[in-house]
Amino acid sequence: MGRYVIKRVLLVIPTLLGAAALVFVLMRLIPGDVCVVRLGSSGGTFDPKAVALCHAELGMDRPILVQFLDFVWGFLRLDFGTSMWSGAPVTSEIWARLPISLEIAILATVIAIAIAIPLGAISAIKQNTWIDFVVRVFAVGGIATPSFWLGIVSLLVVLDVTSALFGAPWMPPIEYVPIWQDPIRNLSMAALPAVTVGYRYAAVSMRMTRSAMLEVMQEDYIRTARAKGLINKLIINRHALKNALLPVVTLIGIEFAFLIGGLVVTEQVFNLNGVGRLFVQAVQNQDYTLTQALVMLTVMVFVICNLIVDLLYAWLDPRIRFS
Amino acid sequence: MGIVRASVKSALGVALAFGATTAMAEAPKRGGVLTYMIPADGGPSLDGHRETTYAVVHATAPFYSVLIRVNPDNPSSTTDFRCDLCIEMPKPTDNGLTYTFKIRKGVKFHDGSALTAADVAASWNKIVHPKPGVASARENNFVMVDTITAPDDETVVFKLKFATLTFLPALADPYAYIYSKKKLDQDMHWYEKNILGSGPFKLVDYQIGQSIKGERNPDYYHPGQPYLDGFVAIFAPKQAVRTDAIRADRAALEFRSLPPSARDQLVKELGDKIKVQESDWNCGNVVTPNHQKKPFDDVRVRQALFLAIDQWKGAQALSKIAIVKTVGSIVFPGSPLAATKEELQQMIGYWPDIEKSRAEARRLLKEAGQENLSFELLNRNVDQPYKYVGTWLVDEWSKVGLKVAQKVVPTGPWLDEMRSGDFTVALEANCQNVVNPIADVGRWLPHEVYRENYGYFADAEMIDIYNRMLKETDFAKARALMRQYETRINAEAHQLMVTWWYRIVPMRSYVQGWKISPSHYLNQDLANIWLDQ
Amino acid sequence: MATNIGTIGLSPVAANEPKRASRTRRLLRFFRRELLGTFGLLLVVVTAGTGVLAELLAPYNPTANDFGAMMEAPSWEHLLGTDQFGRDLLSRIIFGARTAMIVGLSSALVGGTIGLVMGVGSAYFGGKTDLILQRVFDVFMAFPLIIMALAVVAIFGTGVQNVIIAITIPLIPRCARVVRSSALAIREVPYVDAARALGFGHARIILCHMVPNVMAPFLIMVTAFVGQAVLAEASLSYLGLGVQEPVPAWGLMLQGGAEEYASSAPWIAIFPGVAIVLSVLGINLFGDALRDTLDPKLRKR
Repeated sequence: MGRYVIKRVLLVIPTLLGAAALVFVLMRLIPGDVCVVRLGSSGGTFDPKAVALCHAELGMDRPILVQFLDFVWGFLRLDFGTSMWSGAPVTSEIWARLPISLEIAILATVIAIAIAIPLGAISAIKQNTWIDFVVRVFAVGGIATPSFWLGIVSLLVVLDVTSALFGAPWMPPIEYVPIWQDPIRNLSMAALPAVTVGYRYAAVSMRMTRSAMLEVMQEDYIRTARAKGLINKLIINRHALKNALLPVVTLIGIEFAFLIGGLVVTEQVFNLNGVGRLFVQAVQNQDYTLTQALVMLTVMVFVICNLIVDLLYAWLDPRIRFS
Repeated sequence: MGIVRASVKSALGVALAFGATTAMAEAPKRGGVLTYMIPADGGPSLDGHRETTYAVVHATAPFYSVLIRVNPDNPSSTTDFRCDLCIEMPKPTDNGLTYTFKIRKGVKFHDGSALTAADVAASWNKIVHPKPGVASARENNFVMVDTITAPDDETVVFKLKFATLTFLPALADPYAYIYSKKKLDQDMHWYEKNILGSGPFKLVDYQIGQSIKGERNPDYYHPGQPYLDGFVAIFAPKQAVRTDAIRADRAALEFRSLPPSARDQLVKELGDKIKVQESDWNCGNVVTPNHQKKPFDDVRVRQALFLAIDQWKGAQALSKIAIVKTVGSIVFPGSPLAATKEELQQMIGYWPDIEKSRAEARRLLKEAGQENLSFELLNRNVDQPYKYVGTWLVDEWSKVGLKVAQKVVPTGPWLDEMRSGDFTVALEANCQNVVNPIADVGRWLPHEVYRENYGYFADAEMIDIYNRMLKETDFAKARALMRQYETRINAEAHQLMVTWWYRIVPMRSYVQGWKISPSHYLNQDLANIWLDQ
Repeated sequence: MATNIGTIGLSPVAANEPKRASRTRRLLRFFRRELLGTFGLLLVVVTAGTGVLAELLAPYNPTANDFGAMMEAPSWEHLLGTDQFGRDLLSRIIFGARTAMIVGLSSALVGGTIGLVMGVGSAYFGGKTDLILQRVFDVFMAFPLIIMALAVVAIFGTGVQNVIIAITIPLIPRCARVVRSSALAIREVPYVDAARALGFGHARIILCHMVPNVMAPFLIMVTAFVGQAVLAEASLSYLGLGVQEPVPAWGLMLQGGAEEYASSAPWIAIFPGVAIVLSVLGINLFGDALRDTLDPKLRKR
């Protein structure tokens, strides 16, 4: 097992290196750069002297290879540099936006698990009944609905309904307060986005729960237990669900990594000052250091989730565990 | 008789009532916190001298003083400049070459240190003659300035190289914050990350990407001001969110502009809880053909391009969905230097008879052998109004047989393609801070003189007319030269101004004191705003 | 029991085993059992048909501005209303179906095919090739779509073909991975080694023996991809990185104007969204039914 773990962990390195090279190259292929955007975006005047000055300030006039090595070396030391757009350290830029994004991600996960597992299990148990159909359509709806459209429509509905019921329209607050300062305000800000993001998350998990349950329920040992006459409910709870949970949990873990992608559009719709919005800004401003750091962060999350899943499966596989 | 008396009585009554309400409405109330939105993500740095985006002005202007400014109670005027830090507007001496300003006494920075003429001179030198390594975005507006000195604590003297009508308006630049000389001497870059001014508000809190908050400066030198206890500015780049926030009273307003649909929706729903101020805007879109790319090196093709566009009908239709309205040429339509409607209608692209105009366009295209020309229009990835104007232009050009596809890219690549000359026809914008027509039209000069003109053409006659106009101090003669300049650009079809923008600012009715102006950079220090709550 | 998603549909079937029932009978059985799947197929056919017959079905020209009829509510003249330029929404949705099908099918087929080749190749050749390819798959799967899309758009410009390229790239590794794990199981089967020993070429073994056995997961992935591609186009257009005006595309219709006018002209925002939901719903329901049919484990007794 030990050898497998080491081998698997080592394999993470080329992935990270590959991602670093890819983002480095892609960003620099895009025409224009942060200096041009910064100086020229108002359609006013800016002269080549100022642009050259800006390039020198940001270290963009150094040879490409030097810049890349600097980036990689900095990453290894956990020094992500300073944002080319604002001049503030990348870590502080990300840190300032992390709370709201994390909160929504966690809330979405909680919502997803709370809905998905019971509904998915029920759908599997009552296969081909109308309950199954309803849950399945609900689940597929979650996959088919663009999350930003759901966000727009839900905001619209909230505004119109409150306007009709109470005379004055209500919308979630646009200014963020941390949850310990004002929990109600904070949660009212996070609720709609969490539901929007969580719906898709729940849908995917629901489907996985259902199919995993279905598979397990056809396993021989379940059929044996049924033949022995154990009550259905006991069978389900003790055997089927527990065994079905493994693929579900792994899926939840992997989907969490994709959650960040969902946050990008959601934060745009709800005007949340989160990591997703920071990402869009960084890309639009062609802020190399910030974009690189954010991409590496995303890739790290993805890689770690996959690593954990792989190690978990390896541990469960006696052939590997005991080698 | 009875009728006359009755009508006089009712007229008097109306006048009294009006007078009474006006009198009552005029008395500002102290107190309250104004929450407004900034329609952008945070600007790069906090240094007004360095940056060009309005996000910086909207976020930091309340903390600073300037030397002179457009009258905050009459900001739509293009000639009414008042003193902020100075005592009175000086008359130029020495044949218009010297301006001497007397600075107020007793002004303090927010950290308690005194503000003197030395600070004013140091700040202006940073803007006009920046040291190497220091960026100043508007350095080129002040080529006429020779020296800036502070002979004593209360006097600042500007000496010019030549007399010009453009100096005073340029001096009223809203970005020209007065910084502390002490801080500048310590570190020229200090103000990029810090705020220390002498303005109506003191900094309370700045959360990156989220909000900036200020509270009243009790030592502010304009008596009675600021009326507000403080303000909260929230960064909100998404327009739908801003409209909804005003609707739900999460914020009172935003200071740039909302499109007509937002205004209509807010007015419909909120009735008298909302009021709207509107104004022509010192911004417009420009169609720029690249003279270096065939066939746009042929003046006939360029002329045809402009003749195809129905500006009059188009502006009217677009004004319902986009932030554009007025048809004009290179000068801001509200300025006395602008062309009259009759003068406009003589020019290519402004003919009142669109059928005749389009027929002429087709004829010119045929003559140039470019009847089925197809090309790409480079446009910026911003909805209002770029993409609307772009979509409209594509449709207009299709009416003379031109097949145009839009290439919409984000700001960086858009600027880069124009600077590298890789485009065929571009849709760009022209925004200026203060309405300063003679200086503003300098951006139409050929690339060799004005580097940000991406038409890439040469035109010595234009340069000559402009130089004469710059040094002309008689208004009537300047106007005549402006017409010559304008006609020259139009005859050569170098570039075309399409639809000047239009500012629409809806706000909750309790916001009082703020008046709209043609520039979204002006009048943002919030000192004269009060809340009727 | 641990379930490996990649082993769906996997009982090594040599290419020549006789079919168990005739084609039509199996098809009928499919329709009878899979009600939802049939419903899904219906939605897909309607969408595809609308796209193909767009010129015949649409009442107006989808790109013609009509400044006299801006933002009109649904009426007999304009069944779904008009957008901010006065363009008929129904016509734009109909032509949008065409764009969606083009984008969806192209991305899915191209991405799926390249993924199939790479996945099978990676499993077949094993060793260092497999290790390297796996890392490459990881990198592209983890890489945020928005940057890739922005790079493609900024370098090559906008336009449907560039959007297709941008969307195809993340699909390739996803397909490759799934196909690879299916193919790995086949790789171990003795007859492959036997075939090699007999002197069969790599290409022949791959095409004749391995590919047919991964067709089931491949087909399922491709149908899923079509839906994902339509959604990806919607997201990219929303961010301004997808198709551009005035091309009718559902995602583009939801961008900009739709949000701006959501309160005053909600039909601009609602109908394109409904179109997306219905078509992707259909694709997914059909894909589900397909998977249920092709996966022996989930087949009902």
